[in-house]
Amino acid sequence: MDFRLSEDQEALRDGIRSFCEGRIPVDSLKDFEGAGFERELWGELAEMGVFGLRLPESEGGVGLGHADAVLVFAELGRHLVPGPLIWSHLAAGLVDGAATGDAVVGGLDQIDPDGAPTLVEHLGSLDALLVLRPEGVFRVDPSAVVGKPVAVPLDPLTPVHHVESFPEGERIADADEAFALRRVGAALGAAFALGVCESTVELAVAYAREREQFDRPIGSFQALKHIMADMFVRQEAARAAAYAAGATLDHPEVGDVDRAVAAARICACEGAIKNARACIQVHGGMGYTWEVPAHYYLKRAYVLENGFGSAEAYASAVADSFDA
Amino acid sequence: MDLRYSDAEKKFRGELRAWLAEQVPAHGEPPAQDDWDARRAYDTGWQKKLYEAGYAGINWPAEYGGRDASLAEQLIYYEEIARANAPYVGVNFVGMLHGGPTLIAEGTPEQKERHVSRILRGEEVWCQGFSEPGAGSDLASLQCRAVRDGDEYVVSGHKIWTSFAQVADYCELLVRTDPEVRKHRGITWLICPMGLPGMEVRPLDTIMGESDFSEVFFEDVRIPVENRVGEENDGWRVTNVTLRFERGTAFASDMIHLQQFVRELVELARTITRHDANAWEDRALRQEVGHLSAELDALWAMVKLSVCEAIDTGVPGVGASAVKLFYTELYQRVCEVGQRILGRAGLAREDVAGLPSGKILHRTLQSLSLTIAAGTSQIQRNIISERILGLPKEPR
Ligand SMILES: Cc1cc2nc3c(=O)[nH]c(=O)nc-3n(C[C@H](O)[C@H](O)[C@H](O)COP(=O)(O)OP(=O)(O)OC[C@H]3O[C@@H](n4cnc5c(N)ncnc54)[C@H](O)[C@@H]3O)c2cc1C
Repeated sequence: MDFRLSEDQEALRDGIRSFCEGRIPVDSLKDFEGAGFERELWGELAEMGVFGLRLPESEGGVGLGHADAVLVFAELGRHLVPGPLIWSHLAAGLVDGAATGDAVVGGLDQIDPDGAPTLVEHLGSLDALLVLRPEGVFRVDPSAVVGKPVAVPLDPLTPVHHVESFPEGERIADADEAFALRRVGAALGAAFALGVCESTVELAVAYAREREQFDRPIGSFQALKHIMADMFVRQEAARAAAYAAGATLDHPEVGDVDRAVAAARICACEGAIKNARACIQVHGGMGYTWEVPAHYYLKRAYVLENGFGSAEAYASAVADSFDA
Repeated sequence: MDLRYSDAEKKFRGELRAWLAEQVPAHGEPPAQDDWDARRAYDTGWQKKLYEAGYAGINWPAEYGGRDASLAEQLIYYEEIARANAPYVGVNFVGMLHGGPTLIAEGTPEQKERHVSRILRGEEVWCQGFSEPGAGSDLASLQCRAVRDGDEYVVSGHKIWTSFAQVADYCELLVRTDPEVRKHRGITWLICPMGLPGMEVRPLDTIMGESDFSEVFFEDVRIPVENRVGEENDGWRVTNVTLRFERGTAFASDMIHLQQFVRELVELARTITRHDANAWEDRALRQEVGHLSAELDALWAMVKLSVCEAIDTGVPGVGASAVKLFYTELYQRVCEVGQRILGRAGLAREDVAGLPSGKILHRTLQSLSLTIAAGTSQIQRNIISERILGLPKEPR
């Protein structure tokens, strides 16, 4: 057993990180407002292997595992890369062109619909839409979906359509596959949220060291230091849980996969929301402005919290495991 | 990032599990909390069995009789010890978890010769005389005075919160040898035999009404200079070695125990009727237990990660602060859920109507010490924010 990153994994993480830092630095996020998507960037992400990462090399993919994907999605999360990243990654091997970035694939998890209105992310940019249902995975033609764009989405980088009705679509994989995709989707959502946990800590700490009040850096006030220490603890719990989810998906014999994914999902998404809120608090009035990117993190964290099942559903599933 | 155990590690687990399955029941039930002689006999007796089977000092160097196990084996050890409900390290806590390791790292050959293997065999019990009435979180401000007189230090002062002082043979004693210099500079680390003339131990009652810790008074107590660990006035550095061991993996088995405690709480909830249904059918309770269990899984993953990452840095160090903070606060939340499941049965600190209220309340009250002892939660937050996040330092 060795839980550390291998050298290859460190190189993978560093590669994605430096790509993101160069290509979409934080101050470029506003350029994505509205559309929440850019074809050119999509092609570059495909070239980096983001979508074909777990597809076998024989099928044109990179042939890596879930733990590697967790590292990649944590980096994408750190930089709030916009677009239907997780769905396109899940679609590799199921939808032609998803792995290469030629087909932009979005999706919707309807395995246990809770009666909430159907909001579909990024519908306007999609070439294909995957729908997870208890009966299997369905491919739906996005142009056949009847719905209205929401004029003001919560996350300016995640446009949504309010959908009234859906065609049934074509069933392309069975029920087991639908559940498996949802599980991996939840793990990658947790990884993305881990990235949000990390960058909100960095952003808050950097500001607290610079900004002065009462002739000292505000980061010297213990009330703020302790907020940031708690942010760090949430980040570390999310990191350990997300890594464990990846490692358990790769080798299910080491534990209970569903529980590992639930732990990652619960800790990382809650951590992302709490850290993003704390990050705004540390920034004071600046944190409440559009200019400081803290709000982008919070808004994306809510998108993540509402994808691939709710926190309540995961907590209940863990509770159910006591009855097994 | 590979959580699979090798065949050798699985074999280690299998052997340990089989050994525990035989030895734990044979060791009998633990004695009453306030019967210190019996507790000492029970805990040191277990330590001796571990030693004879080659499981004592799992992370100690082989040169000193330890097992020198790999990190993976250490994690397996903590998991199995908890799983088998084996006796807790108990009165051996100080000697095994930080006293012995400090001597191995900093002691003279004679000191190691005299103490290390006796600690490992359960023949010597230690306590920790660090805190004083005026020096808790600000430990370096300690006042207990030691004046050199020939081959001896003459010690006068007052220690407090000394756990196991009633049964200990030796004490890790911090004294002030130079009151003139800055506070961190004038401290010395001594091995103090308990019961020397001029020493008095006065037990203090905890919130459980038990005498788990004591005050220790020193009046012109003479301690040989050869009992000094490290140089005179270099005690703060040695203290940090001790604290690092104390904050390392000392709580690992307790974390697994906490997972078992949650399972026991679920069992209990199933047997309790609340308004025509059993308590475990309550949605809010289920979600809270599910949420806490997810966090407990994350905690154990955090331990694995920090233990493995320490291979690169060499020290458990500051990362341990995040683990301690997360663990101790989580523990208290689990206990609160236990109290809610008990409801009014929790007004009894003994078992009533067949419910384990005594056990649950014992844990709940005891859990309040976790965020105070071994560096309070506030001090852990200071450590994280200053040493990991690089925020400006507190006044010192
Ligand atoms: C069960 C138990 C067993 C113990 N066993 C031992 C033992 O065997 N040997 C031993 O030497 N000691 C032992 N201790 C003592 C323990 O280490 C101290 O209690 C602890 O370090 C806190 O010191 P204090 O009690 O003086 O509290 P104080 O330091 O006075 O703290 C009081 C409050 O002030 C806060 N505070 C203090 N400084 C700061 C700061 N800079 N920033 C923010 N908040 C601050 C604390 O967090 C706390 O909430 C034990 C304690 C307990 C509870």
